[in-house]
Amino acid sequence: MNWINAIVQGVMLGGVYALFACGLSLMFGVMRTVNLSHGDLAVLGAFLVAVLAAAVGISPFFAVLLVLPVMGLVGVALQRGILSKALRTGGMSSMLATFGLAIVLQNVLLEIFSADSRSLEVGSLSTAGLQLGSSVSIPYLGVLTVVVAVALLGGLQLLLARTGIGRAIRATAADADTAELVGIDSRRVYAWAAAIAVATAGLAGAFFAMRSSFSPSMGPTQLLFAFEVVVIGGLGSLWGTLVGGMVLGVAQTVGAQVDPRFSIVAGHAVFLAVLAFRPQGLLGMRRSRT
Amino acid sequence: MSLLTVENLEVRHGLLRAVRDVSFAVDEGEVVAVVGANGAGKSTLMRAVAGAHQPAEGRIGLDGVDVTAQRAHDRVAAGIALVPEGRRLFADLTVEENLLVASRVRRPGPWDLAAVVAAFPLLDGLLKRRAGNLSGGEQQAVAIGRALMTNPRLLLLDEVSLGLAPVMVDTLYDSLGTILSGGTTVLLVEQDLGRALGVARRVLCMLEGRVVLDEPAGEVTREQVVEAYFGLSRAAVPDRATAATVQEEPA
Repeated sequence: MNWINAIVQGVMLGGVYALFACGLSLMFGVMRTVNLSHGDLAVLGAFLVAVLAAAVGISPFFAVLLVLPVMGLVGVALQRGILSKALRTGGMSSMLATFGLAIVLQNVLLEIFSADSRSLEVGSLSTAGLQLGSSVSIPYLGVLTVVVAVALLGGLQLLLARTGIGRAIRATAADADTAELVGIDSRRVYAWAAAIAVATAGLAGAFFAMRSSFSPSMGPTQLLFAFEVVVIGGLGSLWGTLVGGMVLGVAQTVGAQVDPRFSIVAGHAVFLAVLAFRPQGLLGMRRSRT
Repeated sequence: MSLLTVENLEVRHGLLRAVRDVSFAVDEGEVVAVVGANGAGKSTLMRAVAGAHQPAEGRIGLDGVDVTAQRAHDRVAAGIALVPEGRRLFADLTVEENLLVASRVRRPGPWDLAAVVAAFPLLDGLLKRRAGNLSGGEQQAVAIGRALMTNPRLLLLDEVSLGLAPVMVDTLYDSLGTILSGGTTVLLVEQDLGRALGVARRVLCMLEGRVVLDEPAGEVTREQVVEAYFGLSRAAVPDRATAATVQEEPA
């Protein structure tokens, strides 16, 4: 029964990882660029939610709804101010630029909030759950996280696959110059993609902060997990990102069940195994070019 | 009133002046062919008119409105559509998606999915196929259809027959015939001189970035075009554009 519980907890943890990876996956898929400040933007989102909830005295859930549009604007600023210039000089400069932004964000957060860990207080929800038998418990917060992750990634996938906006985004991702030639404002598409990506990073940060403590320095670790999720699931597939999150979460909790020291290592091992035996990811397709 | 006016256009690729001091106008409903050797600047000219390449100097006007500073997507909304050289389809999108993605500008006009399929019957049944899996000719039909979906006032066709089987070129031009006779203003680049003279009312010949011949297709002989094409005895051709070219160069 402990093993079943480990898998259940892994799926819940996977919900958070999938949320983290969503924006990273979207940004890579649309702009073909890796945002190394993604993890720190998530931490920024968590702090904004914490500050807002404390200052106004509202539930973190309401605070998240207010912070999401702000994070969206941060995304637009990131795109307009940094990425659009860096993208013109190649992929490496946008990675360097976002790496620099990550360091700046970490240190600004450290300066303002100190290195202390804190957490988002969501009252009884943080511990409440459905007890099944003696050892399996299903935390409501975890269920909520998974539901949000499925809704978000599924919604984005449907948006990309079925709507006119989605077609325009995919066309821009494939060939921005040609997209312009059929009437698509590629800069606007990029700005929207960045807005959605950074807003979901904020959402992920908030959910993470509700389930465990957070501090200004946790961004890079979360970025690493998000990377692993995207690679495990397959680049360019949002369903893959969802699956990848679950796989990494389950790997970590099952590893921890064997021995608590194995938790992180087990996740990395699964990641390396996927890279070695299925480099296109679990749901990824080999990209073809014509 | 000219639909397209190009004045003293200069377009550079780095240090290379690909288009030099080009001026011409295209009237509404006119079909104009641009011919010239490889590297003469034809594609660059087309891309500059479409807004894909920003000119270094000069002015591009559409129906009296200066569009030189506009980005490509704004020019599509204004009514300029380019079928780019090499087709440049969105390979991972289906044929239908490739066509529909171009209808987001919502210009009013006769072209929609059904009209494009009616004009290019070879696309019937291919709509759900991935564009990257089509043959070259089918891809070219999609590329033309995609441009038409924006309901352009000015259609720019860049090398539609390049690399295609002759029978496919015939099929495409059969379909194009209805479009060319339908009142759409067309500027087309075509390597096949016979075909260019067959569909166009006027011929522009480019040489080393300059327009060296600009004559009605009916009045120009094949020899005249060939001469301008290769730049043989440039000074001997009593042509306005050529004379200007000669004057510009130091004796």
